[in-house]
Amino acid sequence: MPYIPVTEQDQREMLTEIGIHSVADLFEDVPVQHRFPDIKLPKAVSEIEVLDELYGMALKNSSTGCFATFLGAGAYNHFVPSAIPYLATRGEFLTAYTPYQPEVSQGTLQAIFEYQSMVAELTRMPVVNASHYDGATSMAEAAIMALNVANGKRHKIIIAPFVHPQYRQTLRTYLPGKQVTIVGDENPQASLSDLKAMVDSDTACLIIQNPTFFGDLLDVSNLAEAIHQAGALLIVVATPIMSLGLLTPPGEYGADIVVAEGQPLGGGMNFGGPYLGIFATREQLIRKMPGRLVGETTDTNGRRGYVLTLSTREQHIRREKATSNICTNQGLMALMAAMYLAYMGKQGMRQVAELCYHKAHYTAARIGQLAEYQVLNSGVFFNEFIVQCPRPVSEINQELLKKGILGGYDLEQDYPERKNQMLVCVTELNSQPQIDRFVEALLALQGV
Amino acid sequence: MWNELEPVIFDLSSPGRTAYTLPEIDVPLSPVPDGYVRDELNLPEVSELQFVRHYTHLSQKNFSIDTVFYPLGSCTMKYNPKVNERAAAIEGLTQVHPLQPESAAQGSLELMFKLQEALKEISGFSAVSLQPAAGAHGEFAGVLVMRAYHQSRGDEKRTKVLIPDSAHGTNPATSAMSGFSVVQIPSDERGNVDLQALRSACDETVAGLMLTNPNTLGLFEEHVLEVCETVHACGGLMYGDGANLNALLGIARPGDLGFDVMHFNLHKTFTTPHGGGGPGSGPVGVGEKLAAFLPGPIVVKESDFYKLEMPEKSIGRLKAFYGNYGMFIRAYTYIRMMGPDGLRAVSENAVLNANYLKAKVSKHFALAVERTCMHEFVVHGDIPGTDVHALDVSKRLIDYGQHPPTNYFPLIVHDALMIEPTETENKEALDAFAQALIAIREEAISSPELLHSAPHNTPVTRLDEVKAVRNPVLCYKG
Amino acid sequence: MNIDPNARYTKTHEWVRPEGDAYSYGITDHAQSELSDIVFVDLPAIGDSFAPGDTIGVVESVKAASDLYMPMAGEIVAVNESLADAPESVNADPYGAGWIFKFKMADPAEFTRLLSADDYAQFTGD
Repeated sequence: MPYIPVTEQDQREMLTEIGIHSVADLFEDVPVQHRFPDIKLPKAVSEIEVLDELYGMALKNSSTGCFATFLGAGAYNHFVPSAIPYLATRGEFLTAYTPYQPEVSQGTLQAIFEYQSMVAELTRMPVVNASHYDGATSMAEAAIMALNVANGKRHKIIIAPFVHPQYRQTLRTYLPGKQVTIVGDENPQASLSDLKAMVDSDTACLIIQNPTFFGDLLDVSNLAEAIHQAGALLIVVATPIMSLGLLTPPGEYGADIVVAEGQPLGGGMNFGGPYLGIFATREQLIRKMPGRLVGETTDTNGRRGYVLTLSTREQHIRREKATSNICTNQGLMALMAAMYLAYMGKQGMRQVAELCYHKAHYTAARIGQLAEYQVLNSGVFFNEFIVQCPRPVSEINQELLKKGILGGYDLEQDYPERKNQMLVCVTELNSQPQIDRFVEALLALQGV
Repeated sequence: MWNELEPVIFDLSSPGRTAYTLPEIDVPLSPVPDGYVRDELNLPEVSELQFVRHYTHLSQKNFSIDTVFYPLGSCTMKYNPKVNERAAAIEGLTQVHPLQPESAAQGSLELMFKLQEALKEISGFSAVSLQPAAGAHGEFAGVLVMRAYHQSRGDEKRTKVLIPDSAHGTNPATSAMSGFSVVQIPSDERGNVDLQALRSACDETVAGLMLTNPNTLGLFEEHVLEVCETVHACGGLMYGDGANLNALLGIARPGDLGFDVMHFNLHKTFTTPHGGGGPGSGPVGVGEKLAAFLPGPIVVKESDFYKLEMPEKSIGRLKAFYGNYGMFIRAYTYIRMMGPDGLRAVSENAVLNANYLKAKVSKHFALAVERTCMHEFVVHGDIPGTDVHALDVSKRLIDYGQHPPTNYFPLIVHDALMIEPTETENKEALDAFAQALIAIREEAISSPELLHSAPHNTPVTRLDEVKAVRNPVLCYKG
Repeated sequence: MNIDPNARYTKTHEWVRPEGDAYSYGITDHAQSELSDIVFVDLPAIGDSFAPGDTIGVVESVKAASDLYMPMAGEIVAVNESLADAPESVNADPYGAGWIFKFKMADPAEFTRLLSADDYAQFTGD
């Protein structure tokens, strides 16, 4: 029996110490008619066999390692430097628990403090928590926080239609327990000015995504002032997070809460998880903030150390009055994100962002030259853009797969009026030959 | 290193130093418009060697399952098998985009489907959603499912959730988040739900009862069938907090006992690593009548093809994509390695180890309740006749190379120490822990100062938590 | 445990004391000693009005957060701003410098329905 070290001798000695005859005696409280059920699962296998089974499953996937990937839409294909998994999977990080005993958790605590510090610089927001489950749940919890900041006196949440569709769905799942209305995205064409005009004294927050789900960079001048004048909060979803390597961070244009998907920072695509919910806010709002926080302090000898702090916001103390029910978060993913930010550093983050930007613009320019395709973004975009295609995107993607290419996201799935529109994403992992191959494949699918 | 202060990574930086490599830009440059570019990004600038040393040093300051005995009650700190890590690193399984066409992700979908099926079989439920990212997230899903069920039947009066006073803080927090008010049900002297109090509380305004079984005292609910019947009789549903499932694998199935919905903690029972605070994974299982309401999408199988589908009356999506898939690979690998006989051996030995340790420890520390325990037990950690409290005992255990048990929880036991050894520890480890506790008890009488000032052999001594709250320093300021 | 003879008390360990045409409010010595080092006091706003039993604020220590209850109906007329920088004065001087807010009572007769200093002493067993 793997992982169970007890021997027959051990068992005999233990039963004697306890004062019973057999292990079955320990389960007399279990109703007899339901005791020791027959679990119909396949027999145990060895390490060799289970790995074999998993390799078999892997062969049924088209993995992005082998395919030229132009798919983004909330999960991004970026390089993970080798040193990161090497260190993050050290047993001392991987098999440690939540740092409730700080004296023996300084490794985790300092690493998360550094994470908070680096994400604070990336977003230019002063307070960052130790993580949420992902970008979507961070955003939902940000909306709840805005309701709490208003002390329950405001009942409207305005959300832009250009926020990721799955994030907006998650928000609606999170809020039925509250008496609020969610508006703004019933009109898929609503612009930022349209949404600004909707903000009133019953609005708790306006939620935007910048760059938008369609890749566009918004003109945010005078946005925060207008929102604050109405007494509401500005929540910015900063996905894709790599954009902050190059572009103005939300902390500098008045965001009250910044949330984002942190997966691109050292986390692989992993078919959707585990990912990383980034959550940052201003100092004045800290007591309403959900999630764990690591703070710096000193020990009895005056030595610098770190602890979980401001815990009275959390479930284990506040219970039903907690700012959130979150307990286990995405600690190891935050560690990996910290490692990525430290490893890439000041210059590397800028360079990755620039590679994404320039490669995306090159791709868009080449696609724009194809007779039957158009790039629809009219303003500035970061590394995602919309292509109007001559055929349904699902058909194009099936053909592209045969050529070893993972095409972009089919927007019609979430925006029914966007027929044959593909959201294309380009990162530092797309070489020029790959991009050219993609464009040629698109060309070959014209004129049918 | 263990005892040396490790500089903050910013303090290791030197301008112009780099670790990374990136390909040279191979496309023409496009202009970036003014007004969009940030001024600078003040991140660290270190070499790869500095980077490796820094994080290696930090890791060496942690206690972890890989290095010490970690009897944290309610957390199930059992060994994290290394084959799980190898499995979770298979590139063909992990370099998969969640939005790629289903035909291109059949391997990943198959794995998820098989895990759903395995969890159903283990727990006696009809349907499972793997989407919740942690236990609390699974609780949220479960309570929302209960809410949706009542509403679908036009039953709008059910505004309350009943929760035992021994419950984990996430239970009332989740209920409040879902729009319910919480009614606390007291425990009786044997640690069970007080049936009398439960019967008075059950009426047509009750949505359900959230029950952890075994409970946070480590005790199996002696009247579990009656509890379920009472709640069902008033039209309520039974929610099971599956945190303590490590005691029940192959022993009893919550679905059989009468639970309607339950969350699993893959990072407890199914050995996915705790990671210093996550990621976890909190799938939720339900009986037949709640299956349509599960969060989604979930994986279904049509002939030989695996697809993602939203349950018919789903409460919706709880997060983007499908859940903490990296944890699914690990949990599935574990379930395959153990098989049904192995899973039963897990629980039998988790409970055996706990009862053995309880027999040894209770000679020196008062038990909260005198009953056969399941996979964990609770003692009072204070030492009568001294001013030594559970906190001091815990901190002194660290000096003995043991991670302390869970402190001050459940709230209904004063100076609680909740001890869960798990089945992956051998008898020698249990004996060593008991010895340490006995030695500490003696020290409490002969030299209590050692306990009040513990721990001594750690990278930092007791930290000033008041200062941390009064003047929060939450990021590096240079 | 200290008890201010000029104040009246609640079973949730708060004190109320007449001062001019308003009443002063805080937590008792017993409460501050149970909470231990107080790190933050969440104050109501001037002008807020409350009904009996409402939660009007929170007193936080490192490991606990205690709700403050309004024992009767009233309106806040003053708050102790100094607690923002020095929450520890609630520990040091709970009946004096650690006062939390002042309020006007909707029905002054309510004051006599609170516990007297002696009754509170008995209640806490001090």
